[in-house]
Amino acid sequence: MEKKNEKGMLRRAVDSYGIPRLIITGFLMSMFVLAPFAGVDLWTQFTNVINRFSWNAVLVLAMVPMIHSGCGLNMGLPLAIISGLLGATLSIELGFTGPMSFFMAMLLATPFAILLGAAYGWLLNRIKGGEMMVATYVGFSAVSFMCMMWMLLPYKSPTMVWGFAGKGLRTTISLEGFYDKALANFLTIDLNRFGINLVIPTGSLLFFAFLAFLVWAFLHTKTGTAMTAVGSNPAFAKAAGINIDKTRMLSVILSTWLGAVGILIYEQGFGFVQLYMAPFNMALPAVAAILIGGASVNKASITNVIIGTFLYQGLVTMTPTVMNSMIHMDMSEVIRVIVSNGMIVYALTRKTEGGK
Amino acid sequence: MEKNTAPLLEMRNIKKDFFGNQVLEDINFTLEAGEVLGLVGENGAGKSTLMKILFGMDVIRETGGYSGDVLLNGEKVNFSTPFDALEAGIGMVHQEFSLIPGFTATENILLNREPQKKNVLSEVFGQRLNTLDYKEMDKCAAAAIDKMGVQIDADMRISDMPVGHKQFTEIARELSKDQLKLLILDEPTAVLTEKEAEALLDSIRGMSRQGISVIFITHRLHEILSVCDKVVIMRDGHVVEDMPASETDVERITKAMVGRKVDVSVKQDVRDHSGAKTIMSIRKLWVDMPGEIVRNVNLDVKEGEILGIGGLAGQGKLGIPNGVMGLYEAGGTVEFDGKPIPLNNPRNCLDEQLAFVSEDRRGVGLLLDETLEWNVAFPAMQIQNKFLKNLLGGLVKWRDEKAIREVTDRYIEELKIKCTSSKQKAKELSGGNQQKVCLAKAFALEPKFLFVSEPTRGIDVGAKALVLEALKKFNRESGVTVVMISSELEELRSTCDRIAIVSGGRIAGILPATESSEAFGALMVSQVK
Repeated sequence: MEKKNEKGMLRRAVDSYGIPRLIITGFLMSMFVLAPFAGVDLWTQFTNVINRFSWNAVLVLAMVPMIHSGCGLNMGLPLAIISGLLGATLSIELGFTGPMSFFMAMLLATPFAILLGAAYGWLLNRIKGGEMMVATYVGFSAVSFMCMMWMLLPYKSPTMVWGFAGKGLRTTISLEGFYDKALANFLTIDLNRFGINLVIPTGSLLFFAFLAFLVWAFLHTKTGTAMTAVGSNPAFAKAAGINIDKTRMLSVILSTWLGAVGILIYEQGFGFVQLYMAPFNMALPAVAAILIGGASVNKASITNVIIGTFLYQGLVTMTPTVMNSMIHMDMSEVIRVIVSNGMIVYALTRKTEGGK
Repeated sequence: MEKNTAPLLEMRNIKKDFFGNQVLEDINFTLEAGEVLGLVGENGAGKSTLMKILFGMDVIRETGGYSGDVLLNGEKVNFSTPFDALEAGIGMVHQEFSLIPGFTATENILLNREPQKKNVLSEVFGQRLNTLDYKEMDKCAAAAIDKMGVQIDADMRISDMPVGHKQFTEIARELSKDQLKLLILDEPTAVLTEKEAEALLDSIRGMSRQGISVIFITHRLHEILSVCDKVVIMRDGHVVEDMPASETDVERITKAMVGRKVDVSVKQDVRDHSGAKTIMSIRKLWVDMPGEIVRNVNLDVKEGEILGIGGLAGQGKLGIPNGVMGLYEAGGTVEFDGKPIPLNNPRNCLDEQLAFVSEDRRGVGLLLDETLEWNVAFPAMQIQNKFLKNLLGGLVKWRDEKAIREVTDRYIEELKIKCTSSKQKAKELSGGNQQKVCLAKAFALEPKFLFVSEPTRGIDVGAKALVLEALKKFNRESGVTVVMISSELEELRSTCDRIAIVSGGRIAGILPATESSEAFGALMVSQVK
């Protein structure tokens, strides 16, 4: 009898975590275990995973408000990223340097995020039910449109424009001297002097925690509660006097702003601003991460964000390295593509069932 | 051993549990050929599970099978799929329709069993390319419809049909199968108007005459009495009564179903509010609600009364609350407490302290994926800023989880909502308990005026009595004016002070609840179009 109970508890625990997530976690763990045998330095890999987590977590967080209001997964993340890029380039153009340029980039990105988010929200309110498909193309077309604009906008800063022509922005802009590692260097924990190759970008993690707290807190307010209800059952919300379109639009603006901040954090960790086609491929990994974290199309929590980002980024970082060392062939890029796209496909197939 | 012929169906010691949760225990009954068996019981008594076992549904096998024997004509059977059950001559009509909307009745009736003709292509490529023999199909469908004894248009598309005819099409589909010996009808009359239900009952009698046995599941007890040969009553997974229908009555069945006495008689404490002030006056109201169009309604509601609105399905009674509350497009004037209320804006009504319990429980009434706490507290939080804590000098309106839990717990106790805790999700509750949550949600708003639409639709007798009692109590204790819309006249008569009957989108008349059913009946059909 007692044994049965124990089994029941284990089963419930497994059910609430979800078998697929359990398998992924197990696989990631096995990578960590295998790493030393394959001759990979575990601490270096740990640093990589934590770093990538700190770069990407806010982009994943940007999914949450829209999921809550029933707008589905934010496939239009490139739009948010473009707001962030506009903020970033303007901040450099205006001559801000150091950590100040990061702050200014955030500030300058905000009006773009609100404006683009409002337009995007207006569009999504017109096509209820088909949000994700349309959002995907909104993202794609915005990227293409900006490809032209990056060439045409009258940027002058010599760090950003093409050397010979003197106009048009470069595809990759180094952030050295601007906000490279602006957050990551804050309170960094570097264990290299103890012979352990582990660096923790405390500042980035703290900033993510701060934003995650804001989102969590927002969802506990009256407006946030209304947002969740709109996503859960719009008819119910309408009968309770909620303006559904307004609530949805607010969620899209929030998501867009978080996406804009998210790309700035990504850049400060990565060290470069990537323009032109770069935003194109940012949406799917973020979507995959939150789905793997256990979110569904209309339910997502901060825990989903954290677990999902860690699992996704962990796998994408660890698998190619470990595999590579094991089979002694330079396959890392191939494996990386297979793993990351495979994860996306997998995550999208399980989009209906939400976990905790 | 007295009988030589074995009964058509015998169930012996059927037991079933879902993960240790016993839902059926020692079910025994028999059914002779041509007999009509009425199966009744509260929601969750195990009726559906039993029928699933009989029909060989996958869910039974996936959850560990059952124990006991099902005997068909004296032979033990164990269907592993519904196809086996069909083969053996068992047909089932489910509560939800399984019809193809774009196909005609004939095509649906004979789907995948169509008579076929050979043609050139099928001679070459095999019989999958046979053409359908439409002439023969029409004949088969007509025969099946004939067998049923109800007239429906075999050439009409399902999507153009009224609900009742869809139901009949499903039944005709089962009847068109030659081997059919036993037909299971799972609450077929729930969606029918009284006239259609009557026709269905007739057709059940006809089937029984032709030697087809019927298991008839319903909540409407008088139907059982009028059509069934025997009644099997289930409660909490047991058969509590098994007797000939002629030896019982509604009261006895009800008592056996709920295990306690339920008062279904007309109440006598009807009050007269003719002297009270008019709290809501509706003039020239029209509402564009699909299937429930309101054309021209003039109605005065007196403060403190319970006003019933009744009428046949589709005549517009549901349109009235939905229109006034702004959920469907409406026009005309509505005055509440002397002030005009702008229509087509739910928020305005809610701000005036009107509340509405929708007839569409799962669609509009509940947040199925959220906790009971959210369901109960949400409207009151959004509209009246209740259950909120003001932080940072009112800048942040923080959800007050403790207050929410308290109010939910209070209503769980007051309305006897069966749940594991206030954190349980609304979708996990049974229909009756969901309805109670909807009421709790409206009560939490502490409204001055409450519309309740079809509060007892699809819930069992026990829950029904509790819901009506709660409404009455709410009206008596808080002095709230209640307008209750219901298809069931008896229910209105037992709860309301006055009853307005809607017919053809207009108010056909208002009578005190003590008036005879015949008088109400006459009003109901007065302007039907």
